Amino acid sequence: MYDILIIGCGVSGASCAYMLSRYDLKIAVVDKSNDVANGTTKANSAIIHAGYDPAPETQMARLNVRGTELAKEIAENLDVPCINCGSLVLAFDEADLEHVRKLYERGCANGVPGLKILNAEELHEMEPEISAEAVGALHAPSSCIINPWEYCLAMAETAVVNGAELFLNREVTGIDYRDGRFVVETTDGTFEAKHVISATGVYSDKVRSLVETPTYKIVPTRGQYFLLDKDEGKRVSHTVFQCPNEKGKGVLVSPTVDGNLIVGPDANVGECEDTSTDKAGLDAIRAAARKSVPDINFRMNIKNFAGVRANSDHDDFVIERSGTFPGFIDIACVKSPGLTAAPAIAEQVVGMLAEDGLELKEKEQFINSRKRPRIEKSDAEMRKKLIEENPLYGRIICRCENVTEGEIVAALHAPIPPTTINGVKRRVGSGMGRCQGGFCTPKIHEIISRELGIDMLDICLEEPGSEILKYRSKNNKEG
Amino acid sequence: MENMQYDTIVIGGGPAGLAAARSAWENGLRSILIIERDRYLGGILNQCIHNGFGLHHFKEELTGPEYADRFISLVKETGIEVMTDTMVLDVTPEHDVYVSNSKGFEILHAKSVILAMGCRERTRDSVGIAGTRPAGVYTAGSAQLYMNILGYSVGKRVVVRGTGDIGLIMARRMKLEGAEVLACIGASDHPDGLARNVNQCLEDYDIPLLLRHTITEIRGKDRVEQVVAMQVDEHRNVIPGTEKVFDCDTLLLSIGLIPENELSKKAGIPLDDRTSGAVVYENNETMVPGVFACGNVLHVHDLVDFVTEESIRAGKSAAEYVLGGGKQGGEPLKIANGDNVKYTVPMMAHLDKLEKNLEIFFRVKKMFGENSRIVVTQGDRQVASFKRPYMASSKMEKIRIPVKLLADVSPEGGPLVVSAVEEGGGANA
Repeated sequence: MYDILIIGCGVSGASCAYMLSRYDLKIAVVDKSNDVANGTTKANSAIIHAGYDPAPETQMARLNVRGTELAKEIAENLDVPCINCGSLVLAFDEADLEHVRKLYERGCANGVPGLKILNAEELHEMEPEISAEAVGALHAPSSCIINPWEYCLAMAETAVVNGAELFLNREVTGIDYRDGRFVVETTDGTFEAKHVISATGVYSDKVRSLVETPTYKIVPTRGQYFLLDKDEGKRVSHTVFQCPNEKGKGVLVSPTVDGNLIVGPDANVGECEDTSTDKAGLDAIRAAARKSVPDINFRMNIKNFAGVRANSDHDDFVIERSGTFPGFIDIACVKSPGLTAAPAIAEQVVGMLAEDGLELKEKEQFINSRKRPRIEKSDAEMRKKLIEENPLYGRIICRCENVTEGEIVAALHAPIPPTTINGVKRRVGSGMGRCQGGFCTPKIHEIISRELGIDMLDICLEEPGSEILKYRSKNNKEG
Repeated sequence: MENMQYDTIVIGGGPAGLAAARSAWENGLRSILIIERDRYLGGILNQCIHNGFGLHHFKEELTGPEYADRFISLVKETGIEVMTDTMVLDVTPEHDVYVSNSKGFEILHAKSVILAMGCRERTRDSVGIAGTRPAGVYTAGSAQLYMNILGYSVGKRVVVRGTGDIGLIMARRMKLEGAEVLACIGASDHPDGLARNVNQCLEDYDIPLLLRHTITEIRGKDRVEQVVAMQVDEHRNVIPGTEKVFDCDTLLLSIGLIPENELSKKAGIPLDDRTSGAVVYENNETMVPGVFACGNVLHVHDLVDFVTEESIRAGKSAAEYVLGGGKQGGEPLKIANGDNVKYTVPMMAHLDKLEKNLEIFFRVKKMFGENSRIVVTQGDRQVASFKRPYMASSKMEKIRIPVKLLADVSPEGGPLVVSAVEEGGGANA
């Protein structure tokens, strides 16, 4: 029996696993996907928000600002790419300026450090490519850009290194509480635990309904993005927002930690599983982004994608105990700034578990570090040393992003090994570049097969059912 | 590690690099290194197991691997050094070449550099195909590698977007392996590939050709289930209400090639917007002295034979550069694209360095029937004229202007303009 069972290994679940793994507890994490970070966590704006958006005194405001502090610390400890680039909220007219002043006041009330309202001259000096139409902006120096899936993976891996057990490919189908314990049925096995944390993103109302009628309703909201070539990555040096509207924070233009430019999202209420893109939406995003940064060259687009955010009928996050079985803690309605708030939400959940009588005894040895080889970022001497130790660090597999075979092999034998092409991509950045895996996918396919002993025909792009290959040549038979 | 000195370093061991290296050897260089990222020389030809190569250069029909093998043999009988399984990470304007392989990371120095890195394929995102992102969407080249090198097929019910040569050849290849090929779809009003490939790949195998259409959407969560094609007008805008849905498990994309000039950019070499390759002089030298470019990294070719020819010139030029102590020509003549011509290669020429001819590669913008002409002018004066029975945007054109016709041409007279016209046609033709 586990002390804690965490359902869902997105950034919220991984944060809980990470925060709890420092204590002497038996922890299990289950996820329906074949990889961690495979829901909302893998497709979003990748921003650690400063915290001027949420209304003061709300839980969201508190967790956002605390989350920003924690993110920087965790990224530092766990080797997660995170760049403190700061953000700007542009104003194009008097109404926007009024809104910017409101955000400034909110931010000050929320304890956001270093906020400043810039006039047009200061703004254009800071960001020369911003539209001449912009008349001012809010500058928030504390906001960051991060690699969201590596952030989640790093916390999940650290939890696993410290003893947490991760069970992928298990969708929860039933939750019962009997004889003082939870019995959680999944598509592959039953788990027993004293406490259950549900961190199931867009599916949280469905999971909650296995226990009782949810107190909220999730409104899955699809947001589409452009990811542009690194040649466009220096258009702006800050994350550039427009004034938000009722649908969200509006279209942003931001550098990414890898040096690309990200543009998006829009907001389309839809289904949990729908991560498709549509032309009309993308056209609208393109037009909106040009309002901020007129010269963006969208011909340098290398990828469109969409993520589904867990918007809801609540303004704030829902972090609450079940009314039926108090040992069940539900983390729900985690919309933006959820990526930012995740570790702070986990801190709050740990506090709730302590209130519920869970004994939190710190481990004698908690490993709070993680390092992965990053050849492209290494200097000449380091490169030579690494190749001497392991010749595979000299063999470039992904030619656009210069990812080596050594990095791929290391990822395949890490605490949470990927089994798919996209799983490898999220860990080492292969296929993220201009050719979008055109050249390296077959090579990575072979490396996965060789290292993990999986037949070439069984290797997937992403989820089961997404096998890359259909049959061996000269062998086109059914079955 | 010590700095090694080469007369020339050739980046890329495909058809361009092999021919350039051999030519540099034949023209007197003795310290030559070819760097190839793959485990074998030959480049993309290794996976092009169909025939049709070599008709111009060797006057016989070869498969891709056979064509490559001819040049690999020509290189092996010289003292040219080869480094395979090695990636060039950086090139500087001073000809420092940063390389990485399983033996280490080092900086090599050369008196000249020949860029022969080839090109890459456009992806669904570079043309903005909306929809889901399932498995089953591949570039034709990736599918070809899986099929011909690794021995696997990527699909059973296939739609091919693009009527370029690789698309046509892969449509046939999938059919030969037992897949059903539902359509080969192209946006213009004629196929982009060579006429012989349309005949031999589509018509001979009853693969439907769907012109004036494009793919607008991909459907299916984990694996492609459907693709949606829509008709386009002459400006390539989709016409509402013309959706055709194909039930398929695979979409192959053959929607264009992009010269791979990331290293050229690092070396500070100016590129041309029209070709996406380097701006070069008549001898294939880029605007960075001592750095030459040839093959698909310079501009995308239809025929490997022309790659070979161009690369032989680049190798010879590198040898002249090294043996002549880096002597530069005088004021260059500019070459411009005129009516109905998309681009020219080269973009500039040193008249004092020409031997017999000025050779210009270019593409026309539209289809020309019988009695069409290529006209070369400077100012109001016609310098040369060439008859053509047929021209199409998908077919690279080449002219050779004899030096004697250029006797009265000088850089001061303005650019040399290459145009395509219908014979006897005036302004309204």
